[in-house]
Amino acid sequence: MTSVATAVPATARRTGDARNAAVVTGMSAVTAIGVGLEEYWRNLLAGACGIRPITRFDTTGYPLRVAGEIPDFDSARVPSRLVVQTDRWTHFGLLAGELALAHAGVDPAELPEYELSVHTASGSGGNEFGQRELQALWAEGPSRVGVYQSIAWFYAATTGQLSIRHGMKGWSGVLVAEQAGGLDVVAQARRSLAQGSAVVLTGATEAALNPAAFTSQIAGGMLSPVGEYLPFDEAAGGYLPGEGGAMFVVEPAERAVARAARPYGVVAGHAATFDPAPGRGRPPGLRRAVETALADAGVAPSDVDVVFADAHGHPSADAAEARVLTEVFGPRGVPVTTTKAATGRLVAGSAALDVVTALLAMRDGVIPPMVNVRRPAFEIDLVLGRPRPAALRTALVLARGYPGFNAALVLRAAAQN
Amino acid sequence: MQPTEFTLTDLVEIMRSCAGVDEGVDLAGDIGDTPFVELGYDSLAVLAFQARIQERTGVPMPDDTVTHMPTPNAAVEFVNRQIQAGVR
Repeated sequence: MTSVATAVPATARRTGDARNAAVVTGMSAVTAIGVGLEEYWRNLLAGACGIRPITRFDTTGYPLRVAGEIPDFDSARVPSRLVVQTDRWTHFGLLAGELALAHAGVDPAELPEYELSVHTASGSGGNEFGQRELQALWAEGPSRVGVYQSIAWFYAATTGQLSIRHGMKGWSGVLVAEQAGGLDVVAQARRSLAQGSAVVLTGATEAALNPAAFTSQIAGGMLSPVGEYLPFDEAAGGYLPGEGGAMFVVEPAERAVARAARPYGVVAGHAATFDPAPGRGRPPGLRRAVETALADAGVAPSDVDVVFADAHGHPSADAAEARVLTEVFGPRGVPVTTTKAATGRLVAGSAALDVVTALLAMRDGVIPPMVNVRRPAFEIDLVLGRPRPAALRTALVLARGYPGFNAALVLRAAAQN
Repeated sequence: MQPTEFTLTDLVEIMRSCAGVDEGVDLAGDIGDTPFVELGYDSLAVLAFQARIQERTGVPMPDDTVTHMPTPNAAVEFVNRQIQAGVR
C-alpha cells in the first residue's frame, strides 16, 4: 500500500501521477435489463435481453415497434418537485446520480461545494418534454406551454439538476457528441480533477423513446428494419434504440485511499477523433482514437484484455470497426463484447454504461456475453453464449457517434490495497 | 362557468399538480403565510401557478403579478380581490 499524501495543493495535481490518477469509486446503471448496479450486472451476465415492444407511445404506423424500453420506471424514486420540471432522461440521471454517490459513499453535504463537479453527456436532450410542450403550443396556444419548457429540454438540464440537488457547485458542464460523448465526458471528469475538483459525478443517461426522437432515428436510416440488433453477425441489418445509461463517481486516487474507498478502476487514457468528410479518401478516425488512447494510457495493444465495442449493428459500420480491431490487435487478438444488443443503443448512455460494465467485469473477472448474436461475420473474438472468466487488468471502451465522432477510453484495474 | 371564489385549497391543488412538492414540506399543514420560496417554489414555479390560476378563474395574471403574491394567502387574496372587482 502506498503512503497517503493528504495535503497536495489542488494546483499541483497532475494526471500522470499515480497518486492523482482518476479512479472510479461509485457506479450505477439504469437500463432495460435492470435498474440498479447489481440487478443490471446480474441480468447482463445471465444473458437477459431488454428489447421489447414499445409502450411509451402508440407505434401504429411506425416501421419499428421494439426497443430497449425500461419497463415500469418508478419516477417516485425522483423528488416530485423535480419530476414535473424535468424530462424522463433527467429522471434517469437524477436516480443514477444519487445511486452512484451512495455507492461511492460520498455525501456531498460534507464536502466543500466548489470542489464538487458534475459532467454529463447528452445526445438527445429532453425530447419527450419538448414534444409535449410543442404539441400544447400548436394545439392550444402559447398560454398552455409550461414554464419548465425553458429548462427541461436543454442538454445541460441533467447536469444542472444534479448540481442543484447535491450542492455540487464546482466546474460542471455537458458534452454533446452523440454516442462518443459518453466517453469524452470521462476525460472531462479527469480534467476537472486536474483543475482541483475533489469529486466528479459523471456519465450519461438518455430517453429517446418518444415520437420526436424515434422519428429522427428512423430518418437516420440505420435502424434494423426487422427489429433485431445483431452487431458483427452475418445477419446484422442495423441497430435498435434503447433508453437509460449510467453515472459514476471519479476522484483522485489519493483521496480514495485516504478515505478507504474501493477504487474500481483507473481512467488511464482517452482520445477523441472526428472522421474526414466523405469522399476525401482518408480513413475514418476510429483507429487513430484507439492508438492515441492506448498511448495516453501508456499501454500496448497486447496489454488490452477486453474491448467493449461500439457494435453499431449496421454492416458497413461493423466492418469498419472489425477492421480496426484486427489491424490493432491482430485477427481474433482480443475478446470483444457489447452491452448494446441487450439494452439497445443508448446514444451517450451506452458509452457510460460500458465504462461501468468494464469496471464490473474487472471486479469480478468475467466478460459479459453479447446476446442474440450467433454467426460472427468477422475475424474478431466475440464473447458469445455465456460469460467468459478472465483476469482483466486493462479494458478498452469504444464509441462512435453520428456523424463522425469517435472516442476511445482505456480503463485499468486499480492497484489493490 | 367561472368560480366566484378562489380558495387556498384550490391553490394547493394547483401547486401540487404543476410543480410537485419538496421533500420535507407538508402542503396540508399551515402554509398560508409561508413564502413560496420557503416552500421550495422558485419564481419559475410561481409563474406556472399564475398560468393555471388564470386558466381556472379567468383573472388575468400578467408576469408582474408575482410581486403581489409572495405567499399562498397573498395569492388567494389577490385573486379574490380581482374577482370581486370584476377584473376577468
